[in-house]
Amino acid sequence: MRSFSYQRASDPQAALQALAVTAAATTPLTEASSQPLAGGTTLIDLMKLDVMRPERLVDINPLAGNWAQVDLDGGNLKLGALAHMSQVAGHAEVRQNYPVIADSLKLAASPQLRNMATLGGNVLQRTRCSYFRDVSYAECNKRNPGSGCAAMDGFNRMHAVLGTSHQCIATYPGDFAQALIALDAAIEITSKSGPRSMSFAEFHRAPGDTPAIETVLAPGELISGFAIDGRWPRSVYLKVRDRQSYEFALASAAVALDLQNGVINDARLALGGVATVPWRAREAEAVLKGQKLDDALAERAADAAFADARGRQHNAFKIALGKRVVAHALKKAIAMEI
Amino acid sequence: MSDKINSPRSGFDRRAFLTGAAGTAVAIPLTARAGNETAQAPEAQDPAAPVQVTLRINGDSRTLALDARTTVLDALREHAGLTGSKKGCDHGQCGACTVLLDGQRVVSCLTLASAAEGREITTIEGLAEGGKLHPMQQAFIDQDAFQCGYCTPGQIMSAIACVREGHADSDDNIREYMSGNICRCAAYPNIVAAVKQAAPEILKG
Ligand SMILES: Cc1cc2nc3c(=O)[nH]c(=O)nc-3n(C[C@H](O)[C@H](O)[C@H](O)COP(=O)(O)OP(=O)(O)OC[C@H]3O[C@@H](n4cnc5c(N)ncnc54)[C@H](O)[C@@H]3O)c2cc1C
Ligand code: SF4
Ligand code: FES
Ligand code: FES
Repeated sequence: MRSFSYQRASDPQAALQALAVTAAATTPLTEASSQPLAGGTTLIDLMKLDVMRPERLVDINPLAGNWAQVDLDGGNLKLGALAHMSQVAGHAEVRQNYPVIADSLKLAASPQLRNMATLGGNVLQRTRCSYFRDVSYAECNKRNPGSGCAAMDGFNRMHAVLGTSHQCIATYPGDFAQALIALDAAIEITSKSGPRSMSFAEFHRAPGDTPAIETVLAPGELISGFAIDGRWPRSVYLKVRDRQSYEFALASAAVALDLQNGVINDARLALGGVATVPWRAREAEAVLKGQKLDDALAERAADAAFADARGRQHNAFKIALGKRVVAHALKKAIAMEI
Repeated sequence: MSDKINSPRSGFDRRAFLTGAAGTAVAIPLTARAGNETAQAPEAQDPAAPVQVTLRINGDSRTLALDARTTVLDALREHAGLTGSKKGCDHGQCGACTVLLDGQRVVSCLTLASAAEGREITTIEGLAEGGKLHPMQQAFIDQDAFQCGYCTPGQIMSAIACVREGHADSDDNIREYMSGNICRCAAYPNIVAAVKQAAPEILKG
């Protein structure tokens, strides 16, 4: 690991000041020379691999005093960016009113990692593409813009089938973000010019021509939390992986339904493990709305969700698998007793 | 100073001590300044200089002069002479380095020592009391829950947390909540049995 300096920020203002010292708005966030340190489960890992090379870490864990709340107030949910994954996964009211959120966190990583990792860091976790993580491969447009992509014609079993570009096919590996995007969450960001809130759906950027830029967050900005309107007790997170626990998704689905007399009044569907960014499947939602779920409808919705999918040599199986995950998750949500 | 004291195993590194004692570098707590004084972040310290870090390990306070890159795992093994916590992957994937931080299980290979300052670290060496093994250590022996033993300190730390979290109430839950600890020898069935054996005693105590 390269050497760096470590500083602890005791409040948001101090953190913003420390980060601002070297923040240049033109640098991709992930290349910025100062990085906030939350749980460190992405950052320290990638620093050991020499994939991330910050010169200064600003420890923001003391901000938990300001930004670690889990509040259900008046039918809305507010989650602080410094809340730990385990804290939210095990929260009784979250589990009851937002099972899709609780399960997306419970089925992620390991108990040790969930005790360390924060919600803010979670949505900024980086791809597990093995060529990205191994600097001995020269070709990686995300790590080294313009160098090519070793995965395109390499071993791409874990790679994405949706949202890919000619530059990058890396999968967004997280789980929690699918729950957020399905529930139309807002993300709250704080910078020197004050706080702002935006739709979480606009937070991540598809790789396109610039795979090194992964989100709209700028250097020097901090995520303070997330907000969700309304409750979604009829919701599930289904995750299929190579082993039963402690593994990233091959395909996953976040589903939230609002039923009235058996008819789907509102449907939310997001896909994980198959796309380059947290993926909202709006076409499938449109197929479901106003209908009663049966096998044929579940299948049509699943087909709609993967209509634009494009498989490569080793990952084409994810299209068939992903469709089954969607159909199964829909049936699970319908069958829930709430 | 004798060579004995100079040995890193003894937890005391002369060169690091001298630099640290010169007071060149400490982790600087940043606080926004009050009033209308223009707020300025203090200059970061020289990244190459060691920092003085005081760790609370198994109830003892240890002040170590560490490179900022040092993880809790390396601080324990290389500087505090506590080699019970094991390094398997060094990337958060295997659980061999599991310790308790303020009672919560974490992987010490991804935890910076500086960030653990002021928090209580419990390692496998801190479990036995007055020569009597912790119930979970005893259960691992009784149930033959290891072969090579390399993953075992991490398994035991994780298992204690698993019980205290209330996740040891069924075989399925034990398997799910112990999944962060990989056992290359695949002693898994016996590990489940050990967790079940120790759980009532831990919850009672
Ligand atoms: C072995 C392993 C298995 C895993 N399995 C899964 C899995 O199955 N599912 C899953 O979803 N995840 C998984 N993860 C990823 C894990 O969930 C993330 O690493 C974690 O959530 C990141 O959070 P953190 O607090 O540790 O972030 P850090 O590592 O501290 O930070 C990550 C990045 O975000 C920045 N950052 C952090 N907080 C903020 C903030 N508030 N504002 C602005 N920037 C910030 C940091 O500067 C850094 O660049 C796994 C990780 C490991 C190591
Ligand atoms: S898929 Fe993306 S991250 Fe992986 S090698 Fe190609 S450019 Fe790099
Ligand atoms: S050594 Fe820390 S998880 Fe493997
Ligand atoms: S006993 Fe050998 S790795 Fe678990």
